[in-house]
Amino acid sequence: MRTVRIGAGLGFYGDSWLPVRAAIERGEVRYIGSDHLAELTLAILQKDRARDPVAGFTRDLVPMLTALWPLAEPRRVRFVLNAGGLNPLAARDALVTAFEARGWRPRIAVVTGDNLLERVDELRAAGVSLAHLDSGADIAAVRERLVFANAYLGARPIADALAAGADIVLTGRVADAALFLGPLVHEFGWAWDDWDRLAQGLTVGHLLECSGQGSGGNFGSAGDWATIPDLSHIGYPIAEVREDGVAVITKAPGTGGRVDFDTVRQQLLYEVHDPRRYLSPDVVLDMGSLRLTDLGADRVEVRGARGLPRPETLKVVAGYEDGWMGSTVVGFCWPDAWRKAEATAAMVRRALGEQSMAVDDFHVEYLGLDTFLGPHADRSRLEELNEVWLRVAIRTPDRRVADGLGRQFPWLALSGPPYMGGFHGITPASRLLGLWPALVPRQEVEREVRVSVTS
Amino acid sequence: MRVRLARIAHARSGDKADRIDIGLFAYDAATWPVLVREVTAERVAQHFAWMARGPVACHILENILALKFVIDGALQGGAARNLRSDNLGKTAAAVLLRMEIDIPDEEAARLPRLQSGA
Repeated sequence: MRTVRIGAGLGFYGDSWLPVRAAIERGEVRYIGSDHLAELTLAILQKDRARDPVAGFTRDLVPMLTALWPLAEPRRVRFVLNAGGLNPLAARDALVTAFEARGWRPRIAVVTGDNLLERVDELRAAGVSLAHLDSGADIAAVRERLVFANAYLGARPIADALAAGADIVLTGRVADAALFLGPLVHEFGWAWDDWDRLAQGLTVGHLLECSGQGSGGNFGSAGDWATIPDLSHIGYPIAEVREDGVAVITKAPGTGGRVDFDTVRQQLLYEVHDPRRYLSPDVVLDMGSLRLTDLGADRVEVRGARGLPRPETLKVVAGYEDGWMGSTVVGFCWPDAWRKAEATAAMVRRALGEQSMAVDDFHVEYLGLDTFLGPHADRSRLEELNEVWLRVAIRTPDRRVADGLGRQFPWLALSGPPYMGGFHGITPASRLLGLWPALVPRQEVEREVRVSVTS
Repeated sequence: MRVRLARIAHARSGDKADRIDIGLFAYDAATWPVLVREVTAERVAQHFAWMARGPVACHILENILALKFVIDGALQGGAARNLRSDNLGKTAAAVLLRMEIDIPDEEAARLPRLQSGA
């Protein structure tokens, strides 16, 4: 039976592409799927594009592919990347410019049609409410503050782009796992209603979409994390997929990390909110019947995924401006470290009030004491702490108030509690965003989806 | 005996919208029924009441010896407006592993991870 090997690229915007080299050079992969877009990344890209109309894609695209293409081309390895972000056509142009300067001319495909920001009013006029998926609230409440709104596309336009001969497929927002499902459908010609095989492909994609998290990175455990070999040279996961959908998760020889029952099942459930109905644009996956078999030597077999028919709607995630955050960190030394930090937080809070700097939220953390564990932290040595760091964060609709938080601290150096250190300057306000998940009938989106190929 | 979950299970957490999700995994089949019995949605909701509004849902996956908890209202509305240092909920798995449960001594004697002196 035919098999194809597909490897993981990045797991987020800012991830390292160095481990991808081993997959291409020694992993015998035919495809690399690369996920550059976390739920919030489009907000960052929107800021870029607001400043520059030919920006709005993830800027790691060009350096990454400039480094990897010379390795990939002779081995005929193809790439599928959602690095197009909010501007896949500009991403292509930037890539073509960089590649032509080097005399490289791969065939590049671009998938568009996910971006709904300019279509919000048209969709609402057509009766698509775009109501908040959880609360049911009317999107009118945030309409004027929307900064992006994108539907999650599925694997089909990716498979179409590969069928058209693309060496590199650039997309905007697609379901992360579709970056991998698309190549598998293209290779094996799976029918778009072959739900169980699509479900296997989706499972493979889900296991690969977070780069090193599928091969021993960020392995959430006490003690065992330290037994994972050579994380410095981790091999991102590779899937060896059979025509019938049965897959083995592995990694390139000679790389660090670990692929075993534990590391794979931890990634399997990552950010899955209903394991028996994991929704994607192409299929609904039931993980309840999946079997993971540890074959040893960094190989785990995955079989038994059950697929249910795809949903009639696609998920949209929009982002809207939701005020500003100001934050400041300062440290205190023994004696009375915690009491001094607490007293300082109270002084800052009072100062904001006396200067009529209105805040919606005033958040205090004692870094090194209980920031993460809260009431489950060990506070038995509270009075004798060697040192503690105070972090104050505020949320406010007024940018000037957020910018002004830091100015409440420097004077304390001479006029506040003693032995304060490590004030590293005033952090500018940062924009806060609310997320707006919604549903849209798939045909409303799909009729605008285009795949354009350049050679 | 009273044990922290960290001794008998591993966990990873993530986020979506205003929810934190945590996968909790028994290291071995003997430990699995202990987790199912002791680490209920109600218990997890209490454990996270200081930072999450709730409710908490629990999905049971015996095929991979896992429990999946989905905690609503856990990110102050969502990661991009959350003032906490851990705005993404990545440390919530560690918070869960901190939970202590009581296991009858007889049963504890059969759990591999409690025999290794860990």
